[in-house]
Order: sequence, then C-alpha cells, then structure tokens
Amino acid sequence: MTHFLNNKNVHYLLGGEIDATRLFVPYDNLLCDFLNDLSLQLRKCEVASSYPDVITFAFWCRRANIARLKEEYSSSHARLGLGTVFHITPSNVPVNFAFSFCFGLLSGNANIVRVPTKAFPQVDIICFAIAKVFENNDYREIKLRTAFIRYKQNEEITRLLSMDCNGRIIWGGNETINKVRQLPMPARSVEVLFSDRYSFCIINAILLNALEQSDLNRLVEGFYNDTYLMDQNACSSPHLLVWLGKESSMAKDRFWKTLSEVILEKQYRMTHAGASDKYVQFCNDAIELDNLHDVKVYGNTLYCITLNELPSNIDEYRGSCGYFYEYETEDLKCLSHIVNNSYQTLTYFGTDREYLLDFVVDNGLLGIDRIVPVGQALDIGVIWDGYDIVKSLSRIIDLQ
Amino acid sequence: MFNLDSIIDVAPYSLNKSEKNALYDDAFFALTQHHYENCKPYRKILNALSVDPSIKQDVTNIPFLPVRIFKEQDLKSVEEFQVVKTMTSSGTSGQRPSKIFLDRDTSKNQTKVLVKVICSFIGKKRLPMLVIDSKVVLKDRKQFSARGAGILGFSMLGHDVTYALDENMNLDVEIVEEFYRKHEESDILIFGFTFMVWEFFYKKLKELNKKLPLDNGILIHGGGWKKLEEKSVDNNTFKSKLSRVCGIKKVYNYYGMVEQTGSIFMECEAGYLHSSIFSDVITRREDFSICDLNEAGVIQLLSLLPKSYPGHSILSEDSGIIHGEDDCQCGRLGKYFTVQGRIKNAEIRGCSDTFSEQ
Repeated sequence: MTHFLNNKNVHYLLGGEIDATRLFVPYDNLLCDFLNDLSLQLRKCEVASSYPDVITFAFWCRRANIARLKEEYSSSHARLGLGTVFHITPSNVPVNFAFSFCFGLLSGNANIVRVPTKAFPQVDIICFAIAKVFENNDYREIKLRTAFIRYKQNEEITRLLSMDCNGRIIWGGNETINKVRQLPMPARSVEVLFSDRYSFCIINAILLNALEQSDLNRLVEGFYNDTYLMDQNACSSPHLLVWLGKESSMAKDRFWKTLSEVILEKQYRMTHAGASDKYVQFCNDAIELDNLHDVKVYGNTLYCITLNELPSNIDEYRGSCGYFYEYETEDLKCLSHIVNNSYQTLTYFGTDREYLLDFVVDNGLLGIDRIVPVGQALDIGVIWDGYDIVKSLSRIIDLQ
Repeated sequence: MFNLDSIIDVAPYSLNKSEKNALYDDAFFALTQHHYENCKPYRKILNALSVDPSIKQDVTNIPFLPVRIFKEQDLKSVEEFQVVKTMTSSGTSGQRPSKIFLDRDTSKNQTKVLVKVICSFIGKKRLPMLVIDSKVVLKDRKQFSARGAGILGFSMLGHDVTYALDENMNLDVEIVEEFYRKHEESDILIFGFTFMVWEFFYKKLKELNKKLPLDNGILIHGGGWKKLEEKSVDNNTFKSKLSRVCGIKKVYNYYGMVEQTGSIFMECEAGYLHSSIFSDVITRREDFSICDLNEAGVIQLLSLLPKSYPGHSILSEDSGIIHGEDDCQCGRLGKYFTVQGRIKNAEIRGCSDTFSEQ
C-alpha cells in the first residue's frame, strides 16, 4: 500500500511513498540502533545545541534510555506494528512531532507525521538529522516507512491521509479531535487521542519550609519548568497548587517569592496579550469566585489566587502565563470527590508517592494518570495520558 | 460628586497638563468612589486588588478594567430601571459583544461631549450630513449596536441626514448625487466607519469609475483599521485615494470605543489623535508600568463620562504611542498619540491547538 499525496499543498520534508508491506516488532534492535544514531547525530550537531528541547529529545533517544523502556515494555505475547500510523501533532510545540514519530516507530509501524505548520528551526534540525541517519543503508527499511509532511489545516488532505491509515494519533485539543474524528478510517484501525486535560500539584508545606534556600531554588526551578516553559498551556502543567498541612502561610510566601525571583532570573518574557489575558481572568475571578480569600500579584508575571474552598469545577479554572490557584488542606480526601476524568498529571513534592498512588487507586478516582515529582510535568514518554502508546499501536499475535 | 456640567463649557483642548491633572485627580477620586459604592462587581475587583477608594491617589494608580470584561460581565452602577439604553459592540465572530448600560445622564453627556469635541474641529454650524451606511442598522432604538449608536450620535451634528447605502450595502449613487446637488453651496459633513467608507464608498466609486465633486466635504470616520490593515491600507493611502474619487480634502479619523462613547480622540491636522479635556490616555508596558514618551505600549483610556457603568478607566487591547503632551504642532493642548493596532496575540504554546492554526 502506498500513501503518497501528490498535492501542491502538501510539502514532504522527508520521505515520500510509504511501503508498509512489512512491519517491525516493537523495540526491534534495528529501531533502537536507529534512534541511538539519531541521538548521536543530534548531539554532535552544533545548531541543535542551542535548542534545549532538541537536546532533551536527543537524550531521550539514546541507547540507554530506549533500552530501559524496552525492559519496562516486556510483552508476554508476540507483537507487531499495526501498519501505517498518521500523526497529527501540535502546531505550537516544536519537538512534540519527533516524540510522536518515535512512539509510532517503536511500536513497529510505518509513520506519516504532520509537523507543525509554523517553521520552527527545531523541525528542520531534527528532519535534517533523520535524513542524515537514513544515509546509512542499514536503515533502509525504516526510511521506506517514514514520511514527514507539512500542510496548512486542510480537511481534504487530512481525510485522504486518514482513509487508509491503520492508526491515527491526534495531539488535541478537543475541538481538533472532534473535527478529525468525523473523517473516517478503515474499520480495523486504532486511534490514540490526547484530549484537553487538567493538571495540578501537591506540596507538603512543612517539608517545603524545612528546605534550605538552595534546595528550595532547585524545587522552584522545577516548578517553573513545569509551567512557564509552555506558558502553562501544556496539558500536564499545573494550574492548582494544593498545600498539604496547616498554617502554611510561611511556606507559601517563601515558595511564591522564590518563584517570582526565578521568573526574573530566567528572563521570562511577558507579552501584552498574556498580561491582558491574566488581568481579565483575575477580574472575572474577583467577581465570580465567592471563596476567593486572597490575591498575590508579583510584577504581573505571577498571579496567585488563594481559595478558601475548592469548587468542584476547579478544573475549569485554568491559568496561562503564570496564573495559579492555591488551596490549603490537611487531608487529601477532600479532593477525591472533585477529581474527574479530565485530571491528568499530579506533580508532587514532600509526599510519599505510594501514598498518592493509593489515594488514586483506593478511591477509584476517575482521573489522574500520572504522578510525577515537581519538575517532570512535561517529560513525555511512551506511557502518556493513561495509555501505553506502544501497546496501543501494536497488535498481539496470540499463540495457544 | 463630580459633575460634568462644571466643565462642559470649557474649550475641549484648552487645559494644560497641570490643570488637567488637577481636574482628573478630583474627578477620578469621585468617579471611582461612585462606582465602588454602586457596582458590586467593580467593588469586588477593587477589594481583590486591595485598593481603598476612599484614599485619594494619583489618577495613574486608579485601577483600570480590561475592556474584555464588558463582554464577560454585566457591569452597571445604576439600578436596572434607570437604564435607558444598552449599547452593544459588534464583537468579532464567536465572541460575546460588549454590553454597556446607559442611564439618562450618561447618555446625554455622551452626546454633549461628542458635539463639543467635533464642533471644535468643524465649527458650530449644523451641516447637511451624508452617512456612509445603511438605515437598517438603526432598527432597534433600545438595543443599540456600536455602529448604530455612532451614527445616531454623529447625526446630532448635521441636518438633512441622508444615508448613502441601501439595505444591501450598495452605494445609491442617485441619492448621493441628489444630495450634493441640493447642498452645492454648503459644506457637507460625511460620516462613516473607516472600513465601510473604504469598502462600500471608495471601492464602489472606483469600480464605477465615477468621480463625485465633494470638494466641500468634511469626512469624519472611525472604528478601527484592523480590516484595512489586512489590505495594507494606511491612513495616508486612505486619504489620498479617497480624495482622488471625490475630491474630499478634510478627512478626520477618530479613535474611540463603545465602552467610552462620546469622549472620542480626534485626529488633528498634524496626523495625531488628541485627548480632549474629557478623556485621557496612558500607555503601559507588559508589567503595566507606564511607558515613556514615544515608547509603544498597551493603551489605557480614561473618560470623565461613564457614570452608569464603571468604564471611566479601561485597559484597551490596542497598542499605541504617546508622542507628547501640550506641544502638538496643531496647537491643541493635551496628550497626542498614534495607534499601532491590536496587541499581538500571544503565540500560544502548549499542545491544545493542532487544528486551528491556518
């Protein structure tokens, strides 16, 4: 089967016709070698070194990491990829497309990846590196099964690409998912959807307060990376900070003050539009939230709304560009009734992770798919959003 | 309480910086207290900001409301029964329109101030008036669109008010020709929204290859340049091309918004927008600190008029530059400035937008 679109609106950055007549076993050695070579290629590329997101990706691809994933993967059944996977990746995150490609590849599939429309240098750097690795004839089989394409939003093209793919990954949001879902795929095909999600953070106030300033700085930098790096718009970026403990005002003050210093230090660039959005949200909150207790504003880059009570629809209150809600409690239980299936990542500090896991499992919560330390909210992986992507995009050959 | 009548007879561009500051410090102290006492949502915002309106402070420290809040909340500082008109902005597609509640006083003051400001540019004599729009926008007299309100407000300045467009937005050349023949001897006031004038008047005349002898016309237009910017039409292009099809030489742009109807900012002969004694501008940086002269920032608009709704200090979503105060070459006192257009929409980062980008 071939999937080449001869359409003037589709630009092929890499590859063309896809030959998906043969598939790979997930984590096939060839795939692991290829990713390691890609990692080396990117790490020796001088231009790439100035893009932290590219470097993060390069480190993710390296042999040791993929080997670790392979070990964690362990399937009791024989598996193979599904066929051709069509990826619709976010238009506003530069390297997400590359991770998506890797997930599709490691599952054993041929991949058609729609890259961001916007001309991010990261896209060119990564595509160039892949092309370079493809020069090695050992990877011919992968090369034949890979295409990176760019096109402006165009339903007809998306329809043609969906028509005969065996898997489709859509990186949200809900509106996109609903639109693309109207476009049919073959009956036996699989969809992996990343819808809009909500994330929050739990911090143990007493333990935070006990931190030396240098350790606190490190923690807060982690929180900064979880939030400000993506203007708080990533689905795993927290909007709410739950303080575990009582009379935690000292811990809170230290935390927010340190954060405001880190923001300065990192030279976070506030835009007029971001400032305006936050101010509108603040005014709406002041009017609508009956349980608003206090507001802290640090030089417009950081708003924090202190709540006396958590409304059950708190997941509808989402900040951007540094706009947070905080709430103090002694008992996590008060959260169990409000966690719905839009809750994705819980970042934590100073609480036992097993305890948090038990909290989710024992209470049979509808949401929370990830529990990770503060600083790792954006670390994407093959297990994401509650799915094992590699298993979702491969099939089992059952042997009795 | 501050009363607009106390300054309504003062010439609109006659107060210097220190006189105006004194006026605004007093008036804004009173207005802010008035809205604080009479508008609960406004009170909640000030409380959340820990602002005590009973402490008098510099006008630059008085909180502003973001203009978008008038789309998202119903804000009024009078009782429901005192509302005589509700004005709505057109609102771009998918957005809720702004809702502005007017009582008799505020509504009357808007008209008075508009007339004062415009007359200082075109003289006190009422002129025959041609409106580059269609009568249909005035259908509902209780529920005003910004466009309708603008037309009605400006109509106070003219007589024999004639609409140049039919209900399908087609230029009725016959009506226009009859109108200027009738008023050959007089100056003519022409009013319209910038985009409408361009799209349905200029372009139509050009298409028909028709030249109208409107050399004695005075055009006042406003409503924003967004749609024309997309077509790369700036103020100079607008003026010169328009003059080519109808000989018009006096063309005044104005800047204003439905949230502060009446106290508009008129463009002077030197090409700058001017704040009158009824209004003022401040430009602010991303952290809301005040910009220096000639530094671009987001425009904050002050108006002495809003009493029935808390719109006396508004943060717009436009970017502008204040070029000076009291020293414009046109001779008018007050701040003078230019508008750059809308603040750039932040490039949204995050993974929730795979489809919408074009």
